[in-house]
Amino acid sequence: MTKFKPTTQVDFVVIGAGGAGGVMAKELSTAGFQVVVLEQGPYLREKDFQLDELRIRNTPALVNDHALQPNTFRKTEQEKAVLAPAISYGRCVGGGTVHYTATHWRFREIDFVERTRLGPISGTGFADWPVTYADLEPYYTKAEWDMGYSGLGGANPFESPRSKPYPLPPMPMKSSGILLDHAAQKLGLHTAPVPVAILSQPYKGRQGCVHCGFCEWFGCKVGAKSSSLSALFPAAEKTGRCEIRANSYVREISTDKSGRVTGVVYFDEQKKEVVQKAKAVVLCANGSETPRLLLLSKSNLFPNGLANSSGVVGKYLMWGSNASAHGIFEHPLNEFKSVQATRSIEDFYESDPKRGFYGGGRIDARYGFMGPISFALTGLPPDAPRWGSGFKQACQEFTRTMALQAFATSLPLETNNITLDPDVKDAWGLPAMRVTYKDHPDGIKTKEFFRERALEILDAAGAIKKWAGPVGETRSGGHLMGTCRMGNDPKTSVVDKFNRAHDVPNLFIVDGSSFVTSGRNHPTCTIEALAYRAAENIARLAKSGSLKAPVRS
Amino acid sequence: MSKRGTSRRSVLVGSASGLGSAWIATHWSGILEAQEHAKKAARPGASAKLAFFSPEQALEIEAVTAQIIPTDGTPGAREAGSIHFIDRALATFDRDKQPVYTQGLKDLEAKTRELFQGQEKFSSLTPAQQVQLLKSIERTPFFAQVRTHTVVGFFANPEYGGNAGEVGWKLIGFEDKFNYQPPFGYYDRNKQG
Repeated sequence: MTKFKPTTQVDFVVIGAGGAGGVMAKELSTAGFQVVVLEQGPYLREKDFQLDELRIRNTPALVNDHALQPNTFRKTEQEKAVLAPAISYGRCVGGGTVHYTATHWRFREIDFVERTRLGPISGTGFADWPVTYADLEPYYTKAEWDMGYSGLGGANPFESPRSKPYPLPPMPMKSSGILLDHAAQKLGLHTAPVPVAILSQPYKGRQGCVHCGFCEWFGCKVGAKSSSLSALFPAAEKTGRCEIRANSYVREISTDKSGRVTGVVYFDEQKKEVVQKAKAVVLCANGSETPRLLLLSKSNLFPNGLANSSGVVGKYLMWGSNASAHGIFEHPLNEFKSVQATRSIEDFYESDPKRGFYGGGRIDARYGFMGPISFALTGLPPDAPRWGSGFKQACQEFTRTMALQAFATSLPLETNNITLDPDVKDAWGLPAMRVTYKDHPDGIKTKEFFRERALEILDAAGAIKKWAGPVGETRSGGHLMGTCRMGNDPKTSVVDKFNRAHDVPNLFIVDGSSFVTSGRNHPTCTIEALAYRAAENIARLAKSGSLKAPVRS
Repeated sequence: MSKRGTSRRSVLVGSASGLGSAWIATHWSGILEAQEHAKKAARPGASAKLAFFSPEQALEIEAVTAQIIPTDGTPGAREAGSIHFIDRALATFDRDKQPVYTQGLKDLEAKTRELFQGQEKFSSLTPAQQVQLLKSIERTPFFAQVRTHTVVGFFANPEYGGNAGEVGWKLIGFEDKFNYQPPFGYYDRNKQG
């Protein structure tokens, strides 16, 4: 395995081995550059993953551990933030792509130009993106074919034009999908097969899905999930130019007097400080740790944090909005088998001014549980007895229950943000992440709208019983978007349209933090497309020797 | 046990030995330890040793679990071995929950005396009396904890000791398999809603 000395100035340090970090590692190393990837979590392989619900429930095996890295939370700046597990992200090589559901939607054309189409929304940072769907389309295609996605191009009547079909056919439709189709037909709505970053058939030497049903929250034991762990890092390591250093927790991105990045300082597994020199740094630490690290990397030259002359670093955090409903049907669906979701309703995607608020999303039919334990503890109707024979009876609806889950927009608000907590420290002595978040009123209306649609759809699908919990405020999230937004104006954004920091020419920021709006709350596909596009540009800059040249804006 | 095709748990057990990272060891040792205990306890012929409860305490807690998931037409918490799951959990990964049980057992005895003169053992009450008592404490942290433990153990992998013979999974139709092929359910088999 390739090993670089920290004193060797490598071409690139990539911080964070998630979806974007995997694309960076593979693209830059195959383009001939030396890459050191620093990942704070462990390097687990497919064989290490456990299909053990209790273990995954009880231990932060694949995700961040709030005992080591506490968050504090408050709704507004006026409140004192209190300890609360607000932020969730993947913490292992592969990042969130290891344990995520892997439903993998491209954005549509509208997502990038909503501000122009809909007009301003007062009190928000609602804006167009500096890139369009057409700019990203080749890179969506590249991601789909490089990593291996399964879907059916053209089946979704609302999808934006694609240059190529999916490389693999969609997953076999589950009973929940059949029922959703049935409901859509009755209601005059449209469904589409859910594209997934999971191999429906063998691809590029990897095994196809065995339908074990352990996708969400679990790592895939056969490597059929197209995580960066299974689909990208092996190719990066094979070049002999990429070293993945797990258990490496970066505390600072260092700069010189000219304002250029020189490398990073990180804690190794023994909490010993190590300096790794690099010609450029690609920050892919996710929409919460990325702004935190920039804020931690302040210096005389960058008193408000690195790349933060705009003051926008950490601001406009978006978690998206979710709503769900559950139904029980006459016959067994056995939703615990195969992938989470195979079918979705696409008609409510666009924000419709007639509804009287900003918001749109999609509803998919899914299993919705980690496994039998979480079903028994959280999946029963609210009127089910909590113990005794009645409880036991209610548990027996397991195979006949399904969930509808809506993934919808949230608005970018300056007041929703990531900052450094003034009091609480993490296990390395660094300031903890402080999260300030309060739903925009339209976010609550969006949740209510989708809660009602989900109940109607369950009715039309023939549910013999249905229910939905009350809509609540968002107080935690894992889809971390918007905190280093991209834009053409360095005064109002952190990175340019190629994910290069406006303030620091050899610093690139590539993850959900770049998002200007929340899409429809399925960020990974677009994170990966942005990463392929940024990587191509970074390689071009590096080859022409202009990585450190001042940024032309 | 359903052993058609590869068992999901045979995959689990096979991979446990492959854990190399020190990070995993520190975080998962408690759970691995619990699995090891439970495996020994579940061995045929071996008497299940208690790690936390006294035999008297175990009888009391077991009687509570048997009301949470009763034995009716199908096996309940008693047959599933919930008491062993809870005992191992309290001796390993849920050590911090010990005081809830220590205090809860005292309160349970006091409540038994209070409601049923001359009685001091919950496990000696009639089923109707047990239900009556539990209804009076169902909002206490003690009851909530026993309920959660009983349910979690009943539906967890059998190695943890609370889902012996997969009775919990069999009750709800969850299968111990690693491979499935479509059709998965009634509606995709019949292609109609």
